[in-house]
Amino acid sequence: MTTLKNHGVPDAEHAVHLLRQMLRVRRLEEKCIELYSEAKIRGFLHVYIGEEAVAAGVMEALAPEDAVVATYREHGHALLRGVSAGAILAEMYGRAEGCCRGRGGSMHLFDAETRFYGGNAIVAGGLPLAVGLALADRMAGRQQVTACFFGEGAVAEGEFHESMNLAALWQLPVLFCCENNLYAMGTALGRSESQTDIALKAAGYEISAWAVDGMDVLAVEEAARRAVDAVRSGSGPHFLELRTYRFRAHSMFDPELYREKSEVVQWMERDPISLLQGAMQAAGKLPEEQWAALQADVDAEISTAVGFAENGTPEPVSELSRFVYSDRPDDGSAGGGGTAEWDTTAGKGGAAG
Amino acid sequence: MKTTYREAMRAALRDAMQRDDRVFLMGEDVGRYGGSFAVSLGLLEEFGPDRIRDTPLSESGFVGAGIGAALGGMRPVVEIMTVNFSLLALDQIINNAATLLHMSGGQFNVPIVIRMTTGAGRQLGAQHSHSLEGWYAHIPGLRILAPATLRDARGMLWTALQDPDPVLIFEHGSLYNVAGELDDGAGAVDIDKAALLRQGDGDGDRLTLITYGGTLPMVLDAADQLAGEGIGADVIDLRTLRPLDSHTIVDSVARTHRAVVVDEGWRSGSISAEIAARICEQAFFDLDAPVERVCSLEVPVPYAKHLEEAALPSVERVMAAARRAVGAGG
Ligand SMILES: Cc1ncc(C[n+]2csc(CCOP(=O)(O)OP(=O)(O)O)c2C)c(N)n1
Ligand SMILES: [Mg+2]
Repeated sequence: MTTLKNHGVPDAEHAVHLLRQMLRVRRLEEKCIELYSEAKIRGFLHVYIGEEAVAAGVMEALAPEDAVVATYREHGHALLRGVSAGAILAEMYGRAEGCCRGRGGSMHLFDAETRFYGGNAIVAGGLPLAVGLALADRMAGRQQVTACFFGEGAVAEGEFHESMNLAALWQLPVLFCCENNLYAMGTALGRSESQTDIALKAAGYEISAWAVDGMDVLAVEEAARRAVDAVRSGSGPHFLELRTYRFRAHSMFDPELYREKSEVVQWMERDPISLLQGAMQAAGKLPEEQWAALQADVDAEISTAVGFAENGTPEPVSELSRFVYSDRPDDGSAGGGGTAEWDTTAGKGGAAG
Repeated sequence: MKTTYREAMRAALRDAMQRDDRVFLMGEDVGRYGGSFAVSLGLLEEFGPDRIRDTPLSESGFVGAGIGAALGGMRPVVEIMTVNFSLLALDQIINNAATLLHMSGGQFNVPIVIRMTTGAGRQLGAQHSHSLEGWYAHIPGLRILAPATLRDARGMLWTALQDPDPVLIFEHGSLYNVAGELDDGAGAVDIDKAALLRQGDGDGDRLTLITYGGTLPMVLDAADQLAGEGIGADVIDLRTLRPLDSHTIVDSVARTHRAVVVDEGWRSGSISAEIAARICEQAFFDLDAPVERVCSLEVPVPYAKHLEEAALPSVERVMAAARRAVGAGG
């Protein structure tokens, strides 16, 4: 097994925390796949298995008042930002208790409390939003950072380039986190980019950019802390290219015709969880009982979350037309719909709690 | 021959590539991945990467490049994964493809075909479920097709490629797996006329059901059930949303005196509104009842199954509208 950059595992307690964070994402998503095959979850499901070190490392560097923008592969980001596994799973079950009351699903998790601005199923769609969130912070004089996650596939979109330029031109407090897992669906990076060094592209916009081993959570965290500190102190946008790999198919519909099994197996040798776990065990800092207890804890968290989702209630159909426009303080009705025949909310009443 | 909508589309692509070497297919994951809806599966092996051209995630760029290639004498078929992502290419489609001929005083026509998936029903949420073909049908300079049958899936592409101007083809995601019989000799079909797929009979109440694309199977189902209630329904498959074939609609309404329009798009400012307006303009005195419309609820399509179902047209809602139309004339 390839080793971590930081052999020493300096702070055992912190390392255990990181291990736990990655494991929480892993177990949550393994459960999602299981639930998907039982048809409890539907729609598109994109898992992050293999890439956990990226979200785990970057989230460590953020403060509660910072903002996060992610993609459709965002279960892990939401969880590690502080959205409960229960609220995430309930969302995928389409329950009223879900973080978006069942309207968003897997690809569209949002949570105002943790300043988690989605979940975005349009590739590169989140980048301009992140620029705008940072613009608002700058204009309001807040010392906050917006972290924006996106895949390397997004780099080909115009919105990526427009966002790089705006953020750099206006020196906005954005941390761009490119999750370079080498594939955009079936399209390998080398087949879609004339210049495959992504950090270099950001540098072309005068943005400080580094490429980081995205399988090494300690390296990710270290780079993210450095970048976030710089962004927060006013030195403009920063960019991390996090080199990682997705172990599973793009989505539940992907027959994976475009890559060799052997390539996947090779990357699995650098599973971010086993890497850290192995390094800690080698350093004698993760006794077997502690590792077992940690796994049991995480399993318990996930099974509680499944129970929460299972016991959730459907959002009443009478609420369907709500949130197309904001509730107005004076209209009293939660339904907000009209009374014409096509509006199935007409006359049914009954607001959710 | 037994086939599916997906296979019929693929046969049409293969046929076009074989017949005209100016034809090529370009889009995201059309090659190595095998097409995001597997329409182009196997074509890379057959025609090579030059003609089955994978593109980066750059909708505006590669649609625009398709327009340029059409100007340069090629016959590109550009695939956009879904209509939702076509919004990133809207500028190229509307400001270039639809206008160049007119702006250039007739000098530069754009013979491009742009195919994309449309529609809801698979719990994909608001950013992957919209039906915006009616919106495109607002644009002069574009021709908008919505193949709903195996015959049209097989036959519309070649005719579209013969058109000197831009043609957009909308394939409803729920249709790809539809299986059925197709004539061995099935080939090019017209892309001008709506089809009267079924003529209501009997001496009882009559009405015309007008639809296209993904809602056609549901409407045919409703027509069957209405027949059981003694209501004879004509079913019109519009096939082409622009230019709209008012003739076929007005002819039928002149016989049935009632019309129900079924459209998965939203109601306000929609293709269903356009159809209702044309009926009012051209067949007002034939009507025995107000035109009814069954459309999607005016919400971004939600994820949860029960909410999505409530938002979309259904057989029940079509039947209810049909009964209202018939009752209103009684
Ligand atoms: C604008 C747009 N085009 C196409 C798609 C379809 N699509 C969804 S994910 C994806 C691949 C994106 O790859 P990448 O950005 O590398 O992220 P990853 O899935 O690898 O995390 C594509 C093409 C989309 N959602 N949005
Ligand atoms: Mg990728």
